[in-house]
Amino acid sequence: MAKKSIGPVRREFSPWENTDHPPFIEFRNVTKKFGDFVAVKNLSLKIYEKEFFALLGGSGCGKTTLMRMLAGFETPTSGQIFLDGQDLAGIPPYRRPSNMMFQSYALFPHMNVEKNIAFGLKQDKMPAAEIEARVAEMLRLTKLEQFAKRKPHQLSGGQRQRVALARSLAKRPKVLLLDEPLGALDRKLREETQFELMGLQEDLKMTFLIVTHDQEEAMTVADRIAVMDKGELVQVATPSEIYEAPNSKFVADFIGDINLIEAKVTEKTEAVTKLVSVVDGFAIECDQETEANVGDTVWYAIRPEKVRIAHGQTEPGVVNQIGGIVWDIAYLGDVSIIHAKVGEDEHDTIRATFTNVSRMVENPIKWDDNVVLTFDRDAGVILAR
Amino acid sequence: MTRGPTWFNITSLVVGFSFLYLPIVLLVIYSFNESRLVTVWGGFSTKWYVSLLQNDQLLDAAWVTLRVAFTSATIATVLGTLAALVLVRSGRFIGRSLFSGMIFAPLVMPEVILGLSLLLLFVAMDTARGFWTVMLAHTTFAMCYVAVVVQSRLVGFDKSVEEAAEDLGCPPVKTFFLVTLPIILPGVIAGWMLAFTLSLDDLVIASFTTGPGATTLPMKIYSQVRLGVTPEINAVCTILVALVTLGVIAASIATKRQQVQRERDERAAFGDG
Repeated sequence: MAKKSIGPVRREFSPWENTDHPPFIEFRNVTKKFGDFVAVKNLSLKIYEKEFFALLGGSGCGKTTLMRMLAGFETPTSGQIFLDGQDLAGIPPYRRPSNMMFQSYALFPHMNVEKNIAFGLKQDKMPAAEIEARVAEMLRLTKLEQFAKRKPHQLSGGQRQRVALARSLAKRPKVLLLDEPLGALDRKLREETQFELMGLQEDLKMTFLIVTHDQEEAMTVADRIAVMDKGELVQVATPSEIYEAPNSKFVADFIGDINLIEAKVTEKTEAVTKLVSVVDGFAIECDQETEANVGDTVWYAIRPEKVRIAHGQTEPGVVNQIGGIVWDIAYLGDVSIIHAKVGEDEHDTIRATFTNVSRMVENPIKWDDNVVLTFDRDAGVILAR
Repeated sequence: MTRGPTWFNITSLVVGFSFLYLPIVLLVIYSFNESRLVTVWGGFSTKWYVSLLQNDQLLDAAWVTLRVAFTSATIATVLGTLAALVLVRSGRFIGRSLFSGMIFAPLVMPEVILGLSLLLLFVAMDTARGFWTVMLAHTTFAMCYVAVVVQSRLVGFDKSVEEAAEDLGCPPVKTFFLVTLPIILPGVIAGWMLAFTLSLDDLVIASFTTGPGATTLPMKIYSQVRLGVTPEINAVCTILVALVTLGVIAASIATKRQQVQRERDERAAFGDG
């Protein structure tokens, strides 16, 4: 039997697994303080060439500060930043080989689209003919040809966003920095643009670093995600690892929806850990080692889509099986979410989701039905408290 | 909730506007008076406007005033813009509140004190008083007004636009001329126009700091009025009022048109966007 892997594999690209591979961008013990407030705390991070890397976290977690230090708008209080082997200390923003796409787009309001895109090229004293060719290429790439002569205020939000992208790509920077680039777009346009960004990155073979608070966006576009909290990295991994194997309660809770069950370790062997839930006393068996000792309390975390739900009663002596009563149902079209009450308290529920694969259901789940929830031995993860 | 105007509203409007404009309307009417006596209506005539053109003293004064206003407004705009930039952009520095307080102090300082202190300064420096001293004095107080106007424009300015320019390889000073200045230009022009007008109608500070050969129009008018108001003065004032009115109307039409154009553009953009 082949070794199991997590989720679909987008492309065979994983330089981070090779410890000898030189990083393209490296943050080495970087700290940034604003007065007493520590925005970034002794952070070290390696990003590789041609990687699409996402910094993900809530507001005030330090992700934007980290990016602004790379662009040169903030100076680290201590630590070093390297780009392509070069220490960036003391290099002003206008001499750094990175370009940034700003959250507000920051288009020059007094210049038309063409002039906005050509601005950076003119600073490099590029010959006029080459500038013209490059601008035309960028306009084509971002489908803005017919808007070339318009001023920013004559464009819609989506068009402005593309101008900002074209302008930051025009100089072919070593790294493109994207600061919440799709925040102002509506949902449909945002999803479209995410795939466009991925296509561009693949075609131009550039390194992209994106800052976002939107986990779906990060998971869609990025090769790897760094989840940040309070100025520190919590987990750096591929989107599927972050989702399926979160390393802490924070990450599990931050990314997607998850059931967190407080449980006590009753028995552990090399490959299997047996647990019993603290509140309701049901037995769990999990194919995962844990550092916790027998008798310790841990979190057993399981995603709602990995919980199967069916009518019926529990059978005595079967593990990974919980009986419950349907408490609430949310029908979202593509999926349904069921809240099943598994204890006495009405907040003591477990969420299960299932895909609505057929339009008609013979014996649908209704409120107050008796149901049984089951899950596989490798469906959940044990997280330390 | 829309209602027709009530009698109270109409009365307040009429009383308010008469209070503001009745004196000016009287002045304009009497400038077309045939009679030499200012308070007696002797029929319609434009003869005072003709005699004005032959009054070299008044024309000289007007020329001095324009030169002073133009030069002082230009210098004040440069200095005031720089001051506004420092106040908005430099963040916290030692003495910032002192500096911002001091730049606005001349706005509320009595003109007499400002004029007197400038006079004392020029006397102490032993400079000959005339065109240059008036010009410097006007620059001093007009600069504060420019700083206020430009500052308000800068506060609403998205700093990331400047960061974007630097990020694209443009050094800071060049960024100022290529990006910042064009964006704050309406504020700078408004500041210049304000400084120009302030200098144009200043009497107190000019009389303190002037010397022989540099009599400004307000000073000339004031000294002539002390010998009795002539219809000629009414004519000069009418021309001044007309000039100012034209300027204000032109400026507001231009702004309005720009705004309408902008709104139309934005509607078009979101229509096909």
